[in-house]
Amino acid sequence: MVSAAATAGLAAVDPPAPVSVGDDVPHSRPGRSLIRLQGVHKAYSNGTVALRDVDLEIGQHEFVSLLGPSGCGKSTVLRLIAGLGDLSAGQIEWPLSRVDAGGSPDRDLGFVFQEPTLMPWATVFDNVFLPLRLAGKSRRAMRDQVEEALAMVHLEGFANAYPRELSGGMKMRVSIARALVTRPKVLLMDEPFAALDEITRFKLNNDLLRLWQDNSFTVIFVTHSVYESVYLSQRIVVMAARPGRVIADARIGAAYPRDDSFRTSDAYNRYCREISESLHRAMEPPA
Amino acid sequence: MTAVDTAPAAVQPDDLDSAPVFATAPKRWTETTWARVGIPILIGILFIGLWEVLVYALGIRRFVLPRPSMIAVALVEHFGSLMASLWYTLKVTFVAFGLALVGGVALAILFVQSRVIELALFPYAVILQVTPVVAIAPIVLIWTGLDNVYLALLILAWIVAFFPILSNMVLGLRSADHNLINLFQLYGASRWQILRRLQLPSSLPYLLGGMKISGGLALIGAVVAEFVSFSGGESGIAWRIIESGNRLETERMFAALILLSAAGVTIFMVLHGLQHLALRKWHESALKREN
Ligand SMILES: Nc1ncnc2c1ncn2[C@@H]1O[C@H](COP(=O)(O)OP(=O)(O)O)[C@@H](O)[C@H]1O
Ligand SMILES: [Mg+2]
Repeated sequence: MVSAAATAGLAAVDPPAPVSVGDDVPHSRPGRSLIRLQGVHKAYSNGTVALRDVDLEIGQHEFVSLLGPSGCGKSTVLRLIAGLGDLSAGQIEWPLSRVDAGGSPDRDLGFVFQEPTLMPWATVFDNVFLPLRLAGKSRRAMRDQVEEALAMVHLEGFANAYPRELSGGMKMRVSIARALVTRPKVLLMDEPFAALDEITRFKLNNDLLRLWQDNSFTVIFVTHSVYESVYLSQRIVVMAARPGRVIADARIGAAYPRDDSFRTSDAYNRYCREISESLHRAMEPPA
Repeated sequence: MTAVDTAPAAVQPDDLDSAPVFATAPKRWTETTWARVGIPILIGILFIGLWEVLVYALGIRRFVLPRPSMIAVALVEHFGSLMASLWYTLKVTFVAFGLALVGGVALAILFVQSRVIELALFPYAVILQVTPVVAIAPIVLIWTGLDNVYLALLILAWIVAFFPILSNMVLGLRSADHNLINLFQLYGASRWQILRRLQLPSSLPYLLGGMKISGGLALIGAVVAEFVSFSGGESGIAWRIIESGNRLETERMFAALILLSAAGVTIFMVLHGLQHLALRKWHESALKREN
């Protein structure tokens, strides 16, 4: 059982309102549950217990961040949700999705890794086209859809460029376009901007928020930055390591659209302080 | 458009860091290029001149060391027959190389698809590789029969050329980015799609590196095999060399040697060019750096 102090549920209405911290604040999720993790355990073959008893529900159209120090199992959660690797115990349900003949749900998701993870031998167009190609779609029929995805990330003119001709931020945009080209219901992002400089990161943060608002998919965003998670998310799931577990689940009530004025607001600072504190509690050795 | 409206920088797209410039810049003959080509040529001319003068001045006999000018004469005189012999050797080389390429790539794909097959066969591939080809040659000749020397040469050259392709290709197929493999799995890619769209392209730089080694080795294998299987009257370039030696026609021997080296260099250059062409658009090795 987690201590009461560690389970910081933050509820707030709109930016100027004070941040309330308390136990068991019910979350008013913006939609029905899309993904449900119940008692998820993950032990790797070398004995590392990456996750212990993780319960988590992700609502439709939610923007959720998984925040925690490195090694706390954030990537593992994301990979398990994506269907990569097996659970040791527990289950992950997709209540709203069709289940195929083999019993696995139609996950319908896009994944963005920490590195752009592009095929260096393929052009930007072919990289973005990949998910459609693997689904057996023809290049000609999908041209518009690929170009639309490139336009979403402001890369209209770069369809024929090769990845190595692009800057780090542009490569990450290609990676995002590839994840969005199938118009998925869920976008999983594993520290996607961690390797970028701050200016580029802020810019991509804004672009991501815009895409999320315009397209109403669900985002599960892994980060180890308190500031980034507060800026972006409706909800922050704080995790602790050894073993990896969820120790707090907090709402960031600030209204969208959020922009650079939110970054400098008092409310933003208050949220950051609260989240930092629960994160630090997470890092303290258990009593 | 929503959130960004109040952002100070109203300018729309791209990141502040711009794309690096590369590869497409026009090729210019710089000082270093001149030095790279000019200095070796100069050294060569000096060396040949010195050779000519010294052999003449010291009165060295022509069957011990002929003068370069005599070698040139022999080269012109025997050009037709030497080229015919070289062509025979090259045919063995090319066919052996082609079979090594097909066999090496196919076996590498099998190894990567099935751990069991790899465990079962890899040790034998290594044994084949580490046993000197000269030592295998006699038994291969017995099997093929002396009336079928061409086949023996082919087998021996193939053995030598095969391994670099196999081992590089296995390494290449295994070096596909793990995250990319995950991405393919995420989209439900079949094994064939992963092989075709991910593992094969990833292995291309490794394969081309292996081909560069293997092309040279195929020629060496063919020549060594010819030496071992020499029985007089045959037509490979190595046989011309042995024959010239037996008759003490040392200048013809040198002429044959020159053609053989030229063939080896040509094979290397062609494969090097192929490597450049295939990788120039995307691979690190072909990247022109500005600094
Ligand atoms: N493939 C793996 N094999 C063994 N241990 C792993 C593997 N992947 C991750 N781990 C371990 O599981 C724990 C959680 O890892 P991860 O999910 O990558 O954490 P995070 O993304 O939060 O940094 C770490 O202790 C890590 O060393
Ligand atoms: Mg991680």
